[in-house]
Amino acid sequence: MAEPAKKQEQEVKMTDEGLEVGASRLTEDKIEKVINQVLKAETGARLKTYVDTCVHCGLCSEACHFYMSNDKDPKWSPVGKVKQTIWEMINKKGKVTPEFIKRASEIASTECNLCRRCLQFCPFGIDIAYLIATVRRICHKLGVTPRYIQDTAHSHSVTMNQMWVKGDEWPDTLQWQEEEARGEFPGLRIPLEKEGADVMYSVIAPEPKFQAQLIYQAAAIMNVAGVDWTMPADMGWDNSDMAMFTGDNEIMGRVKRAHFETAARLRVKRIVMGECGHAFRSVYDTGNRWLGWSRPAIPIVHAIDFYYELLRDNKIPIKEKFKDPVTLHDPCNVIRGGGLMEKSRFVANALCETVVEMHPNREYNYCCAAGGGVINCGPPYKLKRVKGNRVKAEQLMDARARGAKVIISPCHNCHSGLKDIKNYYDIHMDIKFFGDIIYKIMEKPE
Amino acid sequence: MADQNKWDWEIKEKKVPIGEWKEHFEWVEEPYASPDGEKVAAVVNIGEGEFNVCINGETWENPFEKIWYVRFSPDGRLTALVSDTGEWTVAVDGVPWENKFGYVWNTMFGPNGKNIAVAAQQDGEYCMVLNGEPWEEKFQNMTYFAMSQDGTKTAAAVQVEGFGEGEIHKFQQGCFTAAMDGQAWDNRFVNVWNMAISPDNTKLAAEVRVNLYDYTIAVNGVPWEKTFGCVWQPIFNPKSGSVIAPVRVSGKWTLAENGKFLWDGRFFQVWHQMFSPNGEKLAAIVAPKYGRWTVAVNGQPWTATFSDMVTDMVFSQDSSRIAALAKEGEQWKVVADGSVWSNVFDMAWKPAISSNNKYVAAKVEKKGKYTIAVNDRIWSKECEAAWDPIFNSNGDKILLRTVENGQYVRRVLPVTEITG
Ligand code: SF4
Ligand code: SF4
Ligand code: SF4
Repeated sequence: MAEPAKKQEQEVKMTDEGLEVGASRLTEDKIEKVINQVLKAETGARLKTYVDTCVHCGLCSEACHFYMSNDKDPKWSPVGKVKQTIWEMINKKGKVTPEFIKRASEIASTECNLCRRCLQFCPFGIDIAYLIATVRRICHKLGVTPRYIQDTAHSHSVTMNQMWVKGDEWPDTLQWQEEEARGEFPGLRIPLEKEGADVMYSVIAPEPKFQAQLIYQAAAIMNVAGVDWTMPADMGWDNSDMAMFTGDNEIMGRVKRAHFETAARLRVKRIVMGECGHAFRSVYDTGNRWLGWSRPAIPIVHAIDFYYELLRDNKIPIKEKFKDPVTLHDPCNVIRGGGLMEKSRFVANALCETVVEMHPNREYNYCCAAGGGVINCGPPYKLKRVKGNRVKAEQLMDARARGAKVIISPCHNCHSGLKDIKNYYDIHMDIKFFGDIIYKIMEKPE
Repeated sequence: MADQNKWDWEIKEKKVPIGEWKEHFEWVEEPYASPDGEKVAAVVNIGEGEFNVCINGETWENPFEKIWYVRFSPDGRLTALVSDTGEWTVAVDGVPWENKFGYVWNTMFGPNGKNIAVAAQQDGEYCMVLNGEPWEEKFQNMTYFAMSQDGTKTAAAVQVEGFGEGEIHKFQQGCFTAAMDGQAWDNRFVNVWNMAISPDNTKLAAEVRVNLYDYTIAVNGVPWEKTFGCVWQPIFNPKSGSVIAPVRVSGKWTLAENGKFLWDGRFFQVWHQMFSPNGEKLAAIVAPKYGRWTVAVNGQPWTATFSDMVTDMVFSQDSSRIAALAKEGEQWKVVADGSVWSNVFDMAWKPAISSNNKYVAAKVEKKGKYTIAVNDRIWSKECEAAWDPIFNSNGDKILLRTVENGQYVRRVLPVTEITG
């Protein structure tokens, strides 16, 4: 396999106000109290079992892209990260320093994607991601969270969306996209607040903010496929959730409540969500449970699953298949977490002439290193992130050597993460969503 | 509610051929029926970038460049959010408010329909607008809108301090508060969410977060002494004026009154608490077990619990009965006083209880067809669309609004025609 070329990028150590200022306000007493409170009141048997069961066999190490990409340096291994954080907190019964918390927060927020690949390899099913998420929860309660992602959690808390999109900006954007799309699809609608529609379509806030064409494309697909759909005009339209990744469970719950209650208010049968991985985890697993819903109160259908249905039922007339050979990225949250691997392949094969598999793939696929909120921690950690995923670069290079020209990635974060990787390692491939490809090849009015 | 006794409860059937409308327009959007059932309206497209509202076959005098959110007010006037030359306002029965704005949204109505409010943005500033009149004070951002029970006052969470992108510590000092009729509280909070105005219009209570971790309720800007792990929307006791809100303690939920625990029970969830009209009963939607949902009245949960959701709780006018919807898997159910109907539906809408307490009715959907069910009996007609049924004041007749074979139908039936 070709060794990917690396761009010469200077490692600039940027300070992170979220960690610095946060840690400067801590006292050891407060740290001890918070750690013990979280361990006692919020974690219980699961954490203890994990800690007691791990035999330090290291079988999980090679699962982690950070470990593999950092020349197998043990401090990057799953257990290495746990040792530097939660185990130390437990062993010392919470008596750790502010400096320790600062480093623990950095490790938990920027050196683990909560991707759960390591879980696939642990003979005891120890969920390292759960342990790392507990560290984030403790750091949240101590007020020591990286600045960029903390800002995003603030946005969620105020606006119930990820990007400070204001109440008027959201419907205004939809109406503008609707108007644009009518130029190409006469009579097209983005039906706002249509009570009793079959489907509520939900997206993440970067779409109205920076990628409104994705809403345009989704509207085109919905219209061509004849779906009875709606979008809410009020809060609850954003399915994303960075509060889940900062350990701010209360805001996570509030955001998810808005999402599900909006769907219930609109009397839709199900929520179809755009191509996003972490949001799926939040609505399908973490957020609903915090609220007391053992499963999503209104069924959630990820875009992969939805496109699968539409293509299986011949609802989208295709002009001709996409010609360039593609490779398929398996986003952790919808593949390992949601089991959509075969449907994803069905969709890829229905749309494209040639699909080149990456290896390993499906539930064993390597994470993009952007997920779990890592990319949302911003520029200070970008270089560490791309360097920490050389194995992904190698996977991409290999797929490219076997002809793949385009990476399909049905997840927003993966998109951004893979883009950074391909730029850093100089890999000439395009990255697309399934929606981009469907829009490109479907039949449109003359 | 507008006076229903003035409605026509005699004529059995009135029809409007809405199916024909599409012959006159480029396209016709989904229809809305007036509360009294006399009118049916839809947004219609009359050419590129030109819209109108068609109401009982007649269009408004003037078209607009954009129209959305067509809604009838409780007194039967038709409102819509309309735009011309890039400015937005509310049109009531086709007449736009004189004041225009950069954007308007979230129409709200007072109970008798006289008061109509929206949220508005003008030059990047935000305020509420009541009957066309904007608040004098404008804010950098505004969320979570509320209207008083009589419809004469509006309130919202407002941003009163600026902070730049990534200024997390400034944000955490508190940049938000609540405002009623534009008058903002002096106290600042990290967050302000859902709020309620007291029945006498003198108090405003809101969910607040005082730092990143501590939640409580603030009344007229003064937070309760006690803080909690989380809180949900407060309501006022209609008799005593006290404030009641769900609060989270040690991972479980209960109700608190003026900051003190009100219910002994602890639940996996408590929300949508509501007083009976006479103020004697306090009910809430609760999860007594993880993943099981029901209604609790004065802290006592019903024995029947449901797996996915309980919503749309409603009291009878005399406060003696409660109905709600429950969802289990794909099935929606109607539950009255803890007893579940045997019929299940693909979707159900908020139940209505007749004033004589004899009947519970709901709009329901099965296999894409809509109908009405009363006391677990399903009406024989399958419709293309339907609106919530309304009982007359005696409770012996029911007003049905439906679309059948392309015709909008207003129907008055003796309730026994459905119940048998
Ligand atoms: S990044 Fe993924 S594989 Fe690595 S430790 Fe975290 S969860 Fe495990
Ligand atoms: S594979 Fe499991 S038992 Fe072995 S070191 Fe990893 S977490 Fe511990
Ligand atoms: S961003 Fe995508 S690949 Fe990366 S963790 Fe999320 S789902 Fe996984």
